[in-house]
Order: sequence, then C-alpha cells, then structure tokens
Amino acid sequence: MEFQGFRRKDGSVGTRNYIGILSTVVCANEVADDISRHVEGTTAFMHQQGCCQTPVDITRVNETLIGLGKNPNLAAVLLVSLGCESTAVEEVAKAISEAGKRVETIVIQDIGGAARSVAEGTLLAQDMVQAASKLERTTFPVSELVLGLKCGSSDTTSGLAPNPALGIASDLLIEAGGTSILGEVTEFIGAEHLLAHHAKDEHIGNQILDLVKRMENRAKVVGDDIRGGQPTGGNIKGGLTTIEEKSLGAIAKAGAAPIQAVYEYGVAPQVKGLVVMDSPGREPEILTGLAAAGCTVIAFTTGRGAPQGFPFVPVIKITGNKVTWDRLRDHMDINVSSVMEGEETLPDAGKRIFREILQVASGTLTKAEISGYTKAMDIYTVGPVI
Amino acid sequence: MKRDAILIHEKDNVATALRDIRPNEKVVIGTGGKSSVIQVQQPIPYGHKFAVRDIPRGEDILKYGEVMGRATQDIAEGTHAHIHNIESLRGRGDLER
Repeated sequence: MEFQGFRRKDGSVGTRNYIGILSTVVCANEVADDISRHVEGTTAFMHQQGCCQTPVDITRVNETLIGLGKNPNLAAVLLVSLGCESTAVEEVAKAISEAGKRVETIVIQDIGGAARSVAEGTLLAQDMVQAASKLERTTFPVSELVLGLKCGSSDTTSGLAPNPALGIASDLLIEAGGTSILGEVTEFIGAEHLLAHHAKDEHIGNQILDLVKRMENRAKVVGDDIRGGQPTGGNIKGGLTTIEEKSLGAIAKAGAAPIQAVYEYGVAPQVKGLVVMDSPGREPEILTGLAAAGCTVIAFTTGRGAPQGFPFVPVIKITGNKVTWDRLRDHMDINVSSVMEGEETLPDAGKRIFREILQVASGTLTKAEISGYTKAMDIYTVGPVI
Repeated sequence: MKRDAILIHEKDNVATALRDIRPNEKVVIGTGGKSSVIQVQQPIPYGHKFAVRDIPRGEDILKYGEVMGRATQDIAEGTHAHIHNIESLRGRGDLER
C-alpha cells in the first residue's frame, strides 16, 4: 500500500507542499494573514499566544511553533514576528532550520510597520514558493503516514458509526506500519479504564490514567459541573447526556491497536503505531497539537457538523448523521450513515475511510481545504494570561 | 426487520433512536443479531435515548455495556432518558466546593 508524497531533507514525508507563514505572536497575525493572501502556495498559521504568559506556556508556544515548522507538509517557513514578544523567535527559526528547511524571519517593528512587512514578506514568500514548486510527488509506503484522530461536534451517531469505522481505518494503517495519534484527553473521562486496557504495558496504562486525572482536576478546580462545557450544548441537543457517554463513543476511533506511548501536547512520536497525546477536545488547540506532533493527515469524525480544517494538514470530515451529510455538504467528505441504517458493515466503512485517507495523502483535496475554512487556530496553554 | 433503535450492548438499559419516534409507537430495537419490540411513551428525537426497562432513581445508566451516568429520578420503560433524569459522575467540580 502506497501514497504519493513529498520527501523532506530530514527523511520525513509530507502530503502537501506549502510555504508556512507562521505568526510568532497574536500581534503579528494580521501581517501573516495578509502575506498568505498575496502569495499562492502559502498558508498562514495564526494563534492568540506568544506574550504575557507564564514561562511554562512561553515554552509551550516555542515548542509548538518548532513542531509546526518541522511538519513535513511545509517545504519552507516564513516566521512573522512583531519584535517585542516573549516567543524565542531566533531559537524557533534555528530549530526549524535543523530539519533542513529554509526559514526566513521578518520583524514588523524592525522593518517599520505592517505595510512594509507585508511587502517584504510577500517577496520572500514568492521566492520560497517558486523553489518548493520544483519538488514532485513520489511513491512512499503508507508506513510513512502520521494520522491524527479527532472527533468534534459529536452526537450519538459518532460513537455508533464514524468513530468505530475510523478505529478500523486506523488499525489498517498501523498494521501497515504507520502511526496514529489520539488526543482529546477530556474525552477519555469515563472511558479511561478501557483505553488503559489497550496500553502495551502497565506503565503506559498508568500514564493514560494520570493524563485523565490531570485534565479532570483542571476542569474541576473552577468549581462547576463540566456539563454544558463537556458535553457541549450541541452534544446535548444531539442526544449525548454525560461526558462518560461522549467518551465511550469517542475512544472507539482509537481502534484495537495497542497504545505504544504517551506524549505531552505537540510532541512528535518517537515510535510507530498508536500513541496518545495530551490535548483538550476543542478544535483549534487539538488540530494545532496534532500538526505540531507531525501529523500529515487528520481524520475528523463529526455528528452535528464541525467545519474546521487546518492551514497545512488536510482534515477529512466523516459523519454518520444523514441529516448533517445532507445539510453540510460543503464541509463533509465521507458519509457513513449507511452503517447507522444497517446497509454497510463497520469493517467495510473502515476500509472506505482508509482508502480515502490514502487518496487525500496523495493530493485529493478535502472540503476544508477547498473552502479555506482553516484559519481559527490556537495553541493549548495551561496557565493564565498575565 | 428494519430497526428503529439500537441497544449497543445487551447489558444496556437505554437504547438510541435511529429516527424520530412518536409517542405510543411500537419500535424495533436491534441488539447485535437479535431484536425486540417495546412501546415508546414519549417523543424521542433522532439520536436520543429511551429506557428499555424501568430504571429506579440512583441506578447506573448503562450504554456500550459501561456506566455512563446515574438516574436522578425513576425512569419508566419507553420514556426519554437524557439530562433531565441522568447525571454525570465525572468532572463534578460543583460537588467538591
């Protein structure tokens, strides 16, 4: 089993060939966005972080930007800095360039404002796009793929059809030597005993239980019932009653493969197979975390219809809700409501999803890429804004 | 036979509606290869759950064969089982204040 991808100098394989315009701080977002609008073949990553945060979160921002820059779907990177932020911009640039990529930095306060920065950044980006365009897709084994697993705007159909079908697709990828990353630790709450049972050994199992305890305590410390936040109002309208019910349906997308390792947010796996990454369930933060960890394609199941993609990682939307499939056709890629109707088996739906993952990895565009619904992203932080 | 609702695990005491169900309808509930019929008492929207037997207050709510919450009041067979009569047991910062 093979796909057509782009070989990078560090040996990794991308499914896309973009120039990443990465904003290093919330205050540089406008310039990053403006440059990407001027240059075909670029894509901007914007977020709300990078300044007035505690050191643990500044480190998180630095490491996430490094991970994003190293993502194999980027051929080269243009960092857009304001100049006075806490982000260690030079360190980020150096770390990304160690992956063998061209990295350029523009600093708005040094250049003299947004207009001049957009002009300078546009010229740099044009040059980078031309160089990247010379690279052609070649054939790679599917073992080179890193798949992100995500569900969002879930309802009760999610746990019945798309999540278990995606679990089967993920198992097929792992059997072929690939890697899948499972995040959304909030959505392990109430189902963590089942996931821990999937761990390759007791140590990994305990790490999973610890991650869940940390996430649950973080939620409980505000003194409220998390219901309304998790499950969300939309989840509840869709029939999901408790976080336990949501979690029991959500973990089905992990499939049956053993969990090989547990990582902090945005950390690239050092092993193949299924791994767990700390992250919340909310889309902007987990999609960024999966991309920073090196995912080159993301499979995203939804019940009520979550529209987001990611700026430079294709996100495949899978729904088992026939109403959502009909109503949100400009956001949905795969319909597995046939499983709900008893007209298709889960293994058949899983194989169909796996084939679509290979096609998207080889260049087929997702609805999120076509519609450009990819801009509202963020980095998961744990401390206050100060 | 076409199923109107699904009971995911035979231990479960709630089933999930696969279409909008009207009050007093007799519905076919599928479990694996088997099926059973019960009369639903209330409107159940697509994707929502109803009790497949009488569930006394305080009893665990089972779905996927696992505990997904607890009944906060008696839930009669065939009635809507959702946030008005089921509470979560996790993430309850309100209970630790």
